[in-house]
Amino acid sequence: MSVEGCRVLPSADCHLLLDALQAKGYCVIGPTLRDEAVVWDTITRVSDLPIGWRDRQEPGRYRLERTGTGEIFGVVHGPQSLKPFAFAPRESLLQIERTSNGWSIHPLFPKPEKIALLGARPCDVAGLAIQDQIFLRGPYRDPPYASRRENLFVIVVNCTRALSTCFCSSMKTGPRAQTGFDLALTELDDVLLIEAGSEAGKAILTALPMSPASEALLAKASKRIDACAESQTRLQEQEVLPQALYDAHDHQRWDEVASRCLACTNCTMVCPTCFCHTVEDRPALDGQHGERTRLWDSCFTHEHGYIHGKNIRPTIKDRYRMWLTHKFAAWHDQFGMSGCVGCGRCITWCPVGIDVREEVAALLASDGHSAARRSGSP
Amino acid sequence: MTNPHVIHAATIVEKIRETADIHTYRLRINDEAERQRYHFAAGQFNMVSLFGVGEVAISIVSDPEEPESLDHTIRAVGRVTNAIARLQAGDVLGIRGPFGQGWPLDEAHGRDVVIVTGGLGCAPVVGAIEYVFRRRDQYGAVKILHGVKTPEDMVFHERFDRWERQPDTEVLLTSDRPGKLWRYHVGVVTELFEMVSFNPMRTIVLMCGPEIMMRVGVPILLRRGLPATSVYVSLERHMECGIGLCGHCQMGPYFVCKDGPVMRYDRIEPWLGRPGV
Repeated sequence: MSVEGCRVLPSADCHLLLDALQAKGYCVIGPTLRDEAVVWDTITRVSDLPIGWRDRQEPGRYRLERTGTGEIFGVVHGPQSLKPFAFAPRESLLQIERTSNGWSIHPLFPKPEKIALLGARPCDVAGLAIQDQIFLRGPYRDPPYASRRENLFVIVVNCTRALSTCFCSSMKTGPRAQTGFDLALTELDDVLLIEAGSEAGKAILTALPMSPASEALLAKASKRIDACAESQTRLQEQEVLPQALYDAHDHQRWDEVASRCLACTNCTMVCPTCFCHTVEDRPALDGQHGERTRLWDSCFTHEHGYIHGKNIRPTIKDRYRMWLTHKFAAWHDQFGMSGCVGCGRCITWCPVGIDVREEVAALLASDGHSAARRSGSP
Repeated sequence: MTNPHVIHAATIVEKIRETADIHTYRLRINDEAERQRYHFAAGQFNMVSLFGVGEVAISIVSDPEEPESLDHTIRAVGRVTNAIARLQAGDVLGIRGPFGQGWPLDEAHGRDVVIVTGGLGCAPVVGAIEYVFRRRDQYGAVKILHGVKTPEDMVFHERFDRWERQPDTEVLLTSDRPGKLWRYHVGVVTELFEMVSFNPMRTIVLMCGPEIMMRVGVPILLRRGLPATSVYVSLERHMECGIGLCGHCQMGPYFVCKDGPVMRYDRIEPWLGRPGV
């Protein structure tokens, strides 16, 4: 955060930011209260935001509490990251019609809509960057993802409060966003510090009547963000992780965690980076046309590893090991980065409260290897 | 850039019965421009789909020199392949592809080539064999070792007969179980290793079939002095996209669809046979 770039908007003037975004044609989407959780929804006025609420998250537990303050971004996050806005949970890929001499096939694209995401967290922004790597920079650029992604305007809110489940500082994705946003906010008592991270962000800022932030205010913001990082329960020794996890393939801990894991798929559904999907062909009843749809899938399902007559990963142990090893080891080989951003959602939304930090720590403990471990591990 | 999700209609020009439950479908892409664009390397695969039913990854069996005629040899074993089995010549399938890494035929240039296959694992190697025989003088000795469970599982009789007549070529067949008219070896395919000689320093091995065959077979070859970097295997996993995005085909750090299906043995060896990988 530089002194020149950072400006101050009184929290009471937050509606000016909404106005500026709407004037530029953005549909503003932000956190809203629904069913005792925070979910993304359209924001038309500031009062749509969960002002005066905070979330308490623990392994297997999510609760909202009223604080009675004027804090706008007191809730850290809800179950969903930014993922659904670019990698849609259900995406129609093709329209297929039967013709006299076969089929005619029409690729489908999402309706272009300019969306401003207000209240994203640094971990979510990092998750989006990982998804970009997968869907845009591989051998194939995914057209539906690209189409949704280029219409997103991201307003991140730096974190000044960590949940018990947060470990972004271990993953170096937060609590301050470094890159990947159009605007970054830091909420300090009754003001919002704002800085632009893109040309589109600068264009919005120029429309707002704001004063430059003082050194004292910036120092206060840094202190709170640093304290947020300090307060987190860390993921240990992640530098050694790729190899250590590959080596831990026969660790007894997998049996132990598999005895608790329900294979419910929640962790993968709330993960900002999980990208597995299935493809479904749905014919209409008349058999003359149909649609090919892509849906989020999970490596915890029975079908995920199925191939004609056998299942590559038949047990929950196989699937939990696949998931965790993929996140913290294979992802490095595949995409040159970790597959975890430290948002902690997999911990909160796990119905039995499995904490990935504890699992990694247990897997790195040397006493769990069975004697039968094969030599020549990768 | 092309949209990798788009499928192209292809007409079944000919349906060839191989065994009771295996047929070869000779496809021709309907769209003229797409047919001109389409080229593949031996060992690559297509995602083959049947309207309203689903899509499966199937290796391309035919000769890469004739990309207008695309053969796919398919065993009716699952929901989609059983539905495909009910189709006849003139019916239409959809294809996307070609995807994946094929056989290292440039690297094999000038060397002896040993092909080891089991069951329908012979299908993904056919294109490589035809490629080599089209350039017979550019490759050394060719040895084709193929095993089936029962004599009835034998496919491509005509091809094996033709290959056997090629110069400096040996074809060795085996069946796990004997049969009345089976005049070849009886036993598992690795027993054929004892019946061939090869110079380990100038040989490249291409292998495709059940993973147990790779796990047991390759170490036997390595003990005869063959470097692990001279062995290539073609793998099979659940695939839904073919382009490294859907996640199903992961095997350790690899996506079998885009890093494979043909992988150099030393790279995949740590993962072969690991339970749950």
